[in-house]
Amino acid sequence: MSKDALVIGGIELRSRLFIGSGKYSSNSLIPQIVDRSGAQVVTVAVRRVDLASEEENMLNHIPKDCVLMPNTSGARNAEEAVRIARLARAMGCGDWIKIEVISDTKYLLPDNLETLKATEILAKEGFVVLPYMCPELMTAKRMRDAGAAAVMPLGAPIGTNKGLRTKELVKIMIEEIDLPIIVDAGIGKPSEAAEAMELGAAAVLVNTAIASAGDAVGMAEAFSLAVKAGRMAYLAGTGAVKNFAEASSPLTGFLDKAVSKK
Amino acid sequence: MSFYDVLQKYDKNVVMQKIQSVKAEDVTRVLAKESYSPEDYMVLISPAASVYLEEMARKAQQITLQHFGRSVVLYAPLYLANYCVNNCLYCGFNVHNKIERRKLGLKELVAEAKSLSSTGIRHILLLTGESKKHSPVEYIKDCVKVVSEFFSSVSIEVYPLEEEEYRLLVENGVDGLTIYQEVYDEKVYEIMHPGGPKRDFKFRLETPERGCKSGMRSVGVGALMGLADWRSEAFFTALHAYYLTNKYPEVDISLSIPRMRPHAGSFEVPSPVDDRAFVQILLAARLFLRHVGITISTREKSYFRDNLIGLGVTKMSAGSATEVGGYVEKRGDGQFEISDDRSVEEIRQMLYSKGFQPVFKDWQYI
Repeated sequence: MSKDALVIGGIELRSRLFIGSGKYSSNSLIPQIVDRSGAQVVTVAVRRVDLASEEENMLNHIPKDCVLMPNTSGARNAEEAVRIARLARAMGCGDWIKIEVISDTKYLLPDNLETLKATEILAKEGFVVLPYMCPELMTAKRMRDAGAAAVMPLGAPIGTNKGLRTKELVKIMIEEIDLPIIVDAGIGKPSEAAEAMELGAAAVLVNTAIASAGDAVGMAEAFSLAVKAGRMAYLAGTGAVKNFAEASSPLTGFLDKAVSKK
Repeated sequence: MSFYDVLQKYDKNVVMQKIQSVKAEDVTRVLAKESYSPEDYMVLISPAASVYLEEMARKAQQITLQHFGRSVVLYAPLYLANYCVNNCLYCGFNVHNKIERRKLGLKELVAEAKSLSSTGIRHILLLTGESKKHSPVEYIKDCVKVVSEFFSSVSIEVYPLEEEEYRLLVENGVDGLTIYQEVYDEKVYEIMHPGGPKRDFKFRLETPERGCKSGMRSVGVGALMGLADWRSEAFFTALHAYYLTNKYPEVDISLSIPRMRPHAGSFEVPSPVDDRAFVQILLAARLFLRHVGITISTREKSYFRDNLIGLGVTKMSAGSATEVGGYVEKRGDGQFEISDDRSVEEIRQMLYSKGFQPVFKDWQYI
């Protein structure tokens, strides 16, 4: 195992950038996005998987060495999420499942209570459960206790590209929960992905910011570099933030020199 | 309180006056906002806003891209029966129109479904005329069961039903309901619907809400543009969608702006909607209702449809037949005349060429 490994569901991941598969102009772009982003984990909406269509089935466009993370997009409650998860497994999408329960089509905010219920059921069934949630410490702890493999708080409402607006709450989750915290949704720019990683997030999941960029493939690489930079900065330990400027050559340094010259 | 009560609070003349009196500065002020109220929507459909279509289009494009990505969901209608007891003045299925009346038997339906699904279509919309005798709920239920084998999402556009009847259909595999009010002006509604159960304006108006309560995943509303002044009709249609999104946030509400097309019979469209007006309605709806799906049918011409992609449209019909049994054999007595007769494959290629992904499957019956 390498020194700074992220292990989820027993798999040592080579990239801390997770990507989505929706919103692209064509599924045939996905291999290029995977290649340039270096991403290994790709999330796929089960509702969009069409096993009957050779050309339009997006699973056929995801490189075989990727880890599939099917998601329960479209589920409005725990029961529907559980049914979609089981369907994903039956389709041959593996055991990973990102639980996404949204009962609010206006702001598209996840329903934490229903997500927790689905986490409890699916973890018992042996799924590698990654719940997508509104950042809230107590619910995240309950998800951990229920057997979640990681917790995925949103940075801002999905698709908004507004960045890490929930920073304080995510920071507390990183400090308090001994599970990988993956910032999912809202990250709009590579600098914001780096910010999440500097904070200590285990990974970030990006879709809209890449898919809606002028050059999606170029943006995928930019995110890859930003996530690496953010992670390196976190490991290196960023310096303390101070209220006043502090010169590299201290103003009172002469006092020490004066003593030594005597 | 239902949407009927909401509608009573609005005096159509006052609404029209407000829309007519909007000034250019109101439009620029509203265009700078991030979220909109119904009052703002009035500004966007005003005559003053009609010279700001380019600015509105830029904003609508950005919102559409952000919320729906570079993709358009494709679906096709499948007509089960054209028996109808209503005599809506504008409709080809009008009880007095001398067309061949037909109803698909379940075996014929299998053939239709096979033919349609072989084109790649996965989302289907089942339609009937209004006839409890020829197409009762039990018949619709049996049809739903048949087509569920071939399609991953089944929606219905049939005569208004009771909540319990919708629930029965949901339990048997229906996930979407489309029901157009046709016209929100109650007086015009009475003129357009001189006979049959469809005369009941209030029962029809409250139908989308019964659908929401029954567990439908998606519910679509719309007005038949051309029956009354388009500005007020566009306003009340969007207000209806707004009301439903606020009251039933768990349901995907969508909006359609079907324009009157020629059909069997000789109906003159009272208030025709030109292309600029159509685009203004579409853009204003996208700005006002950011997350709401917008559907464009094959009533519109191919050139026009192609250019609307990216400006707010999220769902399109493709390869449509509007006659009973039309996927196996074309006869030419559909509900309305199709203006875009391209095949599913041609629509697919057109979307790719415009940098958009055709999405055939966006739901899975669970």
